[in-house]
Amino acid sequence: MILFAEQILNGLQLGITLFLMSAGLTLVFGIMKVINLAHGSFYMIGAYVGATVTAASGSFLAGILAALGAAGISGMVVELIVLRELYQRDHLDQVLATFGLIFFFNELTRIIWGKQPLFMDVPTWLQGNIEIMAGLVYPVYRLFVIGVGCLTALLLWFLFSRTRLGMQIRAGASNRRMVSALGVNIKLLYTLVFGLGTLLAGLAGVMAGPIFAVESGMGESILILTFVVIVIGGIGSVKGAVIGALLVGLVDTLGRAFLPQLFRLFLSSSVADGAGASLASMSIYILMAAVLILRPKGLFPSHD
Amino acid sequence: MKRLMMLVLATAILGLALGASAEPVKIGMITTLSTTAAYLGEDIRDGFQLAVDQEGGRLGGVDVELLVEDDGAKPEKANQIAERYMKKDGVKIMTGIVFSNVAIAVVPKVVRDGVVYLSANAGPSQLAGKGCNENYFSVSYQNDNIDEVVGQYVNDSAHQNVYLIAPNYPAGKDHLAGFKRYFKKEIKAEVYTKLGQSDYAAEIAAIRAAKPDAVFFFLPGGMGVSFIKQYAQAGLNEEIPLYGPAFSFDERLLAAVGPVALGVKNGSQWSHDLDNPANRQFVAAYREKYGRTPTLYASQGYDTARLIGSALKAVNGNLEDLAAFKAALRKADFESVRGNFSFGSNQHPVQDLYIREVVKTDDGNYTNKTIQKVFTNHVDAYAAECKM
Repeated sequence: MILFAEQILNGLQLGITLFLMSAGLTLVFGIMKVINLAHGSFYMIGAYVGATVTAASGSFLAGILAALGAAGISGMVVELIVLRELYQRDHLDQVLATFGLIFFFNELTRIIWGKQPLFMDVPTWLQGNIEIMAGLVYPVYRLFVIGVGCLTALLLWFLFSRTRLGMQIRAGASNRRMVSALGVNIKLLYTLVFGLGTLLAGLAGVMAGPIFAVESGMGESILILTFVVIVIGGIGSVKGAVIGALLVGLVDTLGRAFLPQLFRLFLSSSVADGAGASLASMSIYILMAAVLILRPKGLFPSHD
Repeated sequence: MKRLMMLVLATAILGLALGASAEPVKIGMITTLSTTAAYLGEDIRDGFQLAVDQEGGRLGGVDVELLVEDDGAKPEKANQIAERYMKKDGVKIMTGIVFSNVAIAVVPKVVRDGVVYLSANAGPSQLAGKGCNENYFSVSYQNDNIDEVVGQYVNDSAHQNVYLIAPNYPAGKDHLAGFKRYFKKEIKAEVYTKLGQSDYAAEIAAIRAAKPDAVFFFLPGGMGVSFIKQYAQAGLNEEIPLYGPAFSFDERLLAAVGPVALGVKNGSQWSHDLDNPANRQFVAAYREKYGRTPTLYASQGYDTARLIGSALKAVNGNLEDLAAFKAALRKADFESVRGNFSFGSNQHPVQDLYIREVVKTDDGNYTNKTIQKVFTNHVDAYAAECKM
């Protein structure tokens, strides 16, 4: 029972990391209609800059701020230089261009930081474990990640439903020409939205730095999960990103944790280990297929 | 007298011209210099290059030209490079492949075409047993060796049972099989994770619940970095000792996991603190040239180059008679940085294997310290299957 509760927490924590990634991607995709395969690169930039600044300054908070700045600014630069040319083109051109950006950023990190992974540790004030309930000890840092994720979700909700900027962004998503006819600088708005998206990816990256390997190409492995999340949640919907990310995090974690044991009930242990492991790695794709059959536009389609 | 001088001069000029026209021996290195595994190829190349530079562009007194290409860890790309080396450059000696799956795709083909391939890293079982070839030499190890030594060490320790974890792909199963070959006590569980996985929270929670005496893991590259970090963050490193093969604890990965890997014991065929003259000289020269401590990959690149040098010297740089060159290679007549080194019947190393421990150095870095020699002149498990 305690193990089950712990695995639920693990699933939540993975889900929150995925949410930070997918919120940015779904915004850019839903509002700007751009498929940004290089989203994972900004996650990587966040992790690298965060690790470097944390090591140099000794302060994790300075690392987070630097990571947010670096990811946000590099995102806006990419929007200005590359994506602006691509809004009128079809999705294939966007996919090719942003796919090329992945190689560019991976090589750039290798040139700047060298070929081996970087070290980033949990800051001392977040080290250790606490006992949440009898027998359930959990790393403080992972609870911190859950907290930061929830806070970010609240801030995003506030931004989109309670501020003028959020209103303009939503309007820009439904009718770009009408919004610009009303005197809103839609170009600037798009740059800001893209910067916000990459900033969130950078946040996910710096939060993941102490847990995962900070290495060139680290963005690609999480990017696939992120796409699964936004397909499940409904493209363009932040609410969908929240629910989708939590679903994917929970299904993936619980599948990995319990499927092999489940299989052992009726299979020999070596067969069960193999089959359980294989099915566990498929579980989120099975979930995605099931959602798409029942709701072809995802759980929360942003607009029809 | 004058005439004699002229004659001497003419002979000297002729000799110079002849010497200059002798083509250097080309050595084709196919290795991984991009992707996250880029540093492995970089170290193999740098180790090899160091041996060449120490002789001023020669190996065993013979001029050599080292060609280096990046395979991007992809079998098909490595195949293209091998093809080009053979057809365009006329390369007769190849080396450098990092990954076993790449080696399996490339090596059988090139050795069939009369190329001598010397592995500076990958040592898949497929090429050690039935698939052995007289043109194929492994200078590094047979993959399983590095796990077998840990298996034996843990078996000899007080631990009664062990929890195994590896990625769900052929090499993952091979490495755990290597461990189990010498570990005869209880296997608490054998867990296979997704290849490329970065979050191990679920697996670590399961380990905590299972309460094994020890954990053995094979998770190469970034997977291992993530796992070791999370294992320590969960506080398990103080409760359940962790063991693994050397791959997750080379000096460059330790820069990324150092503090959380402190005290972890791992198996290897080499360590920078092995006390023999060749190794002391190598480690000092490598540090001076590249400004970092060599990894086991660098030592393998260096040994490969020096082995080639010993054989080139024996045949005077003449590769027309390939049989003589191979016979010279088989003698392994060189000072290995590993100390003991000879070839078994399947042309894989017969060597000593060690357990090392991750320690902190005085200058605040992290490195490995050799704590015990577990096997002496260890022969790999597949040698008997090789009919050569």
